Amino acid sequence: MTHVPDTDLAVAASGLVKTFADFRAVDGIDLEVRRGEVFGVLGPNGAGKTTTLKMLATLLPLDGGEASIFGVDVRRNPHMIRQLVGVTGQYASVDENLTGYENLWLFGRLQGLRSAKAKSTADDLLERFGLTEARDKQISAFSGGMRRRLDLAASLISQPPLIFLDEPTTGLDPRTRGQMWETIRDLIREGSTVLLTTQYLDEADQLADRIAVIDRGIKVAEGTPDELKSSVGSSTLQLRMSDPAETAGAEDVVRRVLGEEPVLTPEAGGLNAALTDANRAADVLIALRQAGLSIASATVQKPTLDEVFMAITGHGAEDETHQPEMEVAR
Amino acid sequence: MSTTLLPDHETTEVLDRTVVTRPSLRDTLDQSLAMAWRALKKMRRNPEQWFDVTLQPLLFTAMFAYIFGGAISGSVEDYLPIVITGILAQTALTACMATGIQLREDMDKGVFDRFKSLPIARIAPLVGPALADLIRYATAATLTILTGLLMGYRPGGGVPGVVAGWLLTVVAGWSLAWIFTYFGTRARSAQAVQGISMMVMFPLTFLSNAFVPAETLPGWLEAFVKVNPVSLVISAVRDLMNDGALTANVGWALLGCGIVVAIFLPLSVRSYSRKM
Repeated sequence: MTHVPDTDLAVAASGLVKTFADFRAVDGIDLEVRRGEVFGVLGPNGAGKTTTLKMLATLLPLDGGEASIFGVDVRRNPHMIRQLVGVTGQYASVDENLTGYENLWLFGRLQGLRSAKAKSTADDLLERFGLTEARDKQISAFSGGMRRRLDLAASLISQPPLIFLDEPTTGLDPRTRGQMWETIRDLIREGSTVLLTTQYLDEADQLADRIAVIDRGIKVAEGTPDELKSSVGSSTLQLRMSDPAETAGAEDVVRRVLGEEPVLTPEAGGLNAALTDANRAADVLIALRQAGLSIASATVQKPTLDEVFMAITGHGAEDETHQPEMEVAR
Repeated sequence: MSTTLLPDHETTEVLDRTVVTRPSLRDTLDQSLAMAWRALKKMRRNPEQWFDVTLQPLLFTAMFAYIFGGAISGSVEDYLPIVITGILAQTALTACMATGIQLREDMDKGVFDRFKSLPIARIAPLVGPALADLIRYATAATLTILTGLLMGYRPGGGVPGVVAGWLLTVVAGWSLAWIFTYFGTRARSAQAVQGISMMVMFPLTFLSNAFVPAETLPGWLEAFVKVNPVSLVISAVRDLMNDGALTANVGWALLGCGIVVAIFLPLSVRSYSRKM
């Protein structure tokens, strides 16, 4: 029996590339996930998050670059990787025709558990994820949140040392989303290493120790949630001038008061500025009044993914022109 | 590890876990059986999947016998030995076609993403449903024979001949299903599988000796009919059921089935693995 030397890195990937026809979905991404941490991959639809995850999970072949998980090469030893990673897909990957219990039993059997062990593991997981009542219900009768929980439970059957969560709360209502976060936090407390993708900054903020921001197949930023947020300020002042001609004057005022470069928005007369402290908004408004510049509206917003994107890439997260990732990935 | 009996089963230690580099034969078998269990559950919960193997044998046997019986063999009774064996092959082929279509439908579902992400043999998701479908082929064959018996079919091969013919039909169904399984792994949609399968199935059944004696056909067509694997199976089933004779035809049919499996099973597994 050989022994793969222990490494501090759960995931080490460099220069990952995935091309679909002439579209580079992933264009040279490096990722390092340390053991025991929760690493978030943040980006809009079509940024290449799911594709990256699928390559690391051996669901898609790598078109370029290298990747290893706990020191095991993804390209050369896919079967070993599948024993080390539990994958929870973006669209609940459980069997519609089976009940909750049957799903978990089947996945247990497929992973080499004896029938009795598969049975007890299934029941334990159903209880832990609050699905005991739905044990014998067919999945078609499950709610969206229940499916996601069952899906997550299914990824934990073999107690894998690394868990991939692909957009675990996309499409869930806020209450169910909160429950899912709790479930994921429990998982983290048990010391699992988690690689999660999300479109929501607040989700990454709530769950991740470190975040990589991905855009159009490229990693554009990486850091702790605090570092990322401070790069866009703690919140954003959104201004709209009554007279678009006064925009340039307003830019000067903002620059002078905040010492930050404002970003012009697509609407005429609109500009956004990062605020390290939300109270500084008042200073800007007073200065505008003193300069005789008139505003149509002013709002202070907590940073959104769009602002992180604006700040890092110079374009919005929503003005994506290419197709959504899933369509391409299929 | 000391328990390793198979040379293809190597283990490595990663963190504190023992992982295998490849699934062993034993794992592959267990996983295939688990997938067969899933397919059976699915069949039980979707009764409409049984229409082609229950209603079709009844309907087609009666229809073909009464319509063509007089024209081809002079009477329905004389035609039964030809048509029953023909319909056995036809219903088995239709059931095979459904295997491919259902696999394609299944592969589009989220659960297949999980199957792919699990450390299971790539062949298991294909062999599992194929094993479960044995029940469908058996059902179709049994009902066709029973309908024939009710209509007055008296097979000359007696019980052993009929059982052997039934068995050969099931084996042939399972073997030919790999052609459609391959289409299932290749095509973009279930509709596409259906389209391709129809185009393959109709010539295979009608350009065979299923419903008319091959000798009545023009020479060029007769040449094709004679090498058509479906004809081989039908001739063999006729020898077994009608004459109770274990002829060379049976050997040819089994060889034909073996060749189909030897070509299309590896192709299917390769194409399925590539889809990832």
